Amino acid sequence: MELFTNQVLAGIATGAIYACMALAVVMIYQAIDHLNFAQGEMAMFSTFISWQLMQWGLSYWTAFVVTLAFSFVAGIAIERILFKPLAKAPVLTNVAGFIALFAIINSSAGLIWDFTIKQYPTPFGSSPFLGSQLISTHQAGMIGVTVLLLLGLYFFFQYTRIGLAMRAAASVPESARLVGINTSWMIALGWGMATAIGSIAGMLIAPVVFLEPNMMGGVLIYGFAAAVLGGLSSPFGAVVGGFLVGVFENLAGTYIPGVGNELKLPIALALIISVLVVKPAGLFGRQIVKRV
Amino acid sequence: MSAAEEVVGEGHEAVEAVPKRAMTLGTGTSLLVLAVLLIVPVFVKNFIIFQMTMLLIYGLAVLALNILTGGSGQFSLGQSAFYAVGAYTSAVLMEYFNVNYALTIPISATVCFGFGYLFGKPALRLSGVYLALATFALATAMPQLLKLNFLEHWTGGVQGLVVTKPDAPFGLPMSQDMWLYYFTLLVTLAIYIFSVNLLRSRSGRAFMAIRDNEIAASSMGVNVALYKTLAFGVSAGITGVAGSLGAIAVQFVAPDSYTITLAISLFLGMVVGGVGWLPGSFVGAAFIIFVPNMAESISKGLSGAVFGVLLFLVIYLVPHGARQIAILGQQFAGKLRRS
Repeated sequence: MELFTNQVLAGIATGAIYACMALAVVMIYQAIDHLNFAQGEMAMFSTFISWQLMQWGLSYWTAFVVTLAFSFVAGIAIERILFKPLAKAPVLTNVAGFIALFAIINSSAGLIWDFTIKQYPTPFGSSPFLGSQLISTHQAGMIGVTVLLLLGLYFFFQYTRIGLAMRAAASVPESARLVGINTSWMIALGWGMATAIGSIAGMLIAPVVFLEPNMMGGVLIYGFAAAVLGGLSSPFGAVVGGFLVGVFENLAGTYIPGVGNELKLPIALALIISVLVVKPAGLFGRQIVKRV
Repeated sequence: MSAAEEVVGEGHEAVEAVPKRAMTLGTGTSLLVLAVLLIVPVFVKNFIIFQMTMLLIYGLAVLALNILTGGSGQFSLGQSAFYAVGAYTSAVLMEYFNVNYALTIPISATVCFGFGYLFGKPALRLSGVYLALATFALATAMPQLLKLNFLEHWTGGVQGLVVTKPDAPFGLPMSQDMWLYYFTLLVTLAIYIFSVNLLRSRSGRAFMAIRDNEIAASSMGVNVALYKTLAFGVSAGITGVAGSLGAIAVQFVAPDSYTITLAISLFLGMVVGGVGWLPGSFVGAAFIIFVPNMAESISKGLSGAVFGVLLFLVIYLVPHGARQIAILGQQFAGKLRRS
């Protein structure tokens, strides 16, 4: 029993990473209706920027704020320059665009900062949390930040005019345009916010997985899986999905014999797919009724 | 304005609707392309023949994805798994059972058809990104499954298997590469003709009806579940053939040659060639074989970035892939004829 609780706790700790990433994925999905395959790489690049700022002598929190602002602007710029011209192109062409962006960012980060693994500081310290050996203060801090982010987003979307405008632009673009919402800029704003959230995720994850250009590969896959599991239309679902995936993965690794590190991912994915087969819109997603 | 835009007028569907006739080339053009493919190998070096063989093989794999996505509107990132199953089927049959290489191809086609058909069953309930995730899971699991201990006796584990390259039969005065090229060309041609006819048949119409509107299709009496799984089966079968040919051409199979990267390349090939336009598959295959090499030669350190930029250029200039160029060409030719 103790092994079980310990594994669940450890799963929740890794789950926080996935929850962060899943939140960013859902944000952008809400704004543009696509899964952004380059999201992880964008987060990685932001994290490198903050690392570079700290190397130049800025304090953690200054670097944090500057990186956040940079990511927000960079997200908007990427949308305006690269993806706005593709707005009318077919969906699959857009997906190809994301893959191209992935390749560009990954390769440039490799060239600028090379592929060696770098230490990344944590603002929360890494001593055991409340005397528990399984969760460090950093991981507890990560869970805290994820929950705060989620609350912040909830208030933003429910109680602010611009949040309402963004929701309108995403769900019924034509009607939104008729009531005077600039839908095109709402999409750009969505990109900016998603990139900023991604950069927070990146900066929180970096102390755990270490900083290098390929650090986000695995995380993004789990983030996608978490977002899909929770339901792509629900930020809350994404966070719950993230924690569930973390726990799934840990328990599969412990209790199913012969599952090494390599098979953890396929098994976690297989579990998620079995959930999806029963509930095709994810655990908390809205069932979309199509009009014929 | 142009036909390309008319076709896509309502462009909010996951996969754009392609009219049936626009899926192929005219007879004259097809014969011309075939003639070029037949003659060129006589004049070039073995390495280039090998690359042309690979082009046909990847072209087949892209074609298979095109039937699935462009034909029936289902998205797949798991093609590399079917490719791996085909490759391993051939390799194991040739190395352990001494089966003739040509005979392994229909066997892998059958095995992969069954595999794809079975995989299509649970995937029936999923669509769009959910289906993408499910197929993605298949693609990530495949290399790991091939490395499993109890399969190691057959698959050779991480090391993989070495496959012997066949000689030209009947004492034909040809190099191994050249014979393999003509053999691949023959198989490709047969599958291409099969695919074109499949999409023109009753089944093809059912695929397209499902792609354009699933609910409408089912109310017209199309058995949606049957045709969706059938599309998966056919696509997997053709990918399996490509895998077999690939294993014979490269003379080597190993789990790590069939990762998700392969599936993503095939997907890019489909987009660059034009979703739903069968001849475009081979243009797309050329893109995924030659452009990464080109990017490497432009800049070693930044090859990924160069590849990304080139890909962006292509999708900006022709968002609908090579098909758009073909349509423009046709219109231009039509105008010339009229004036």
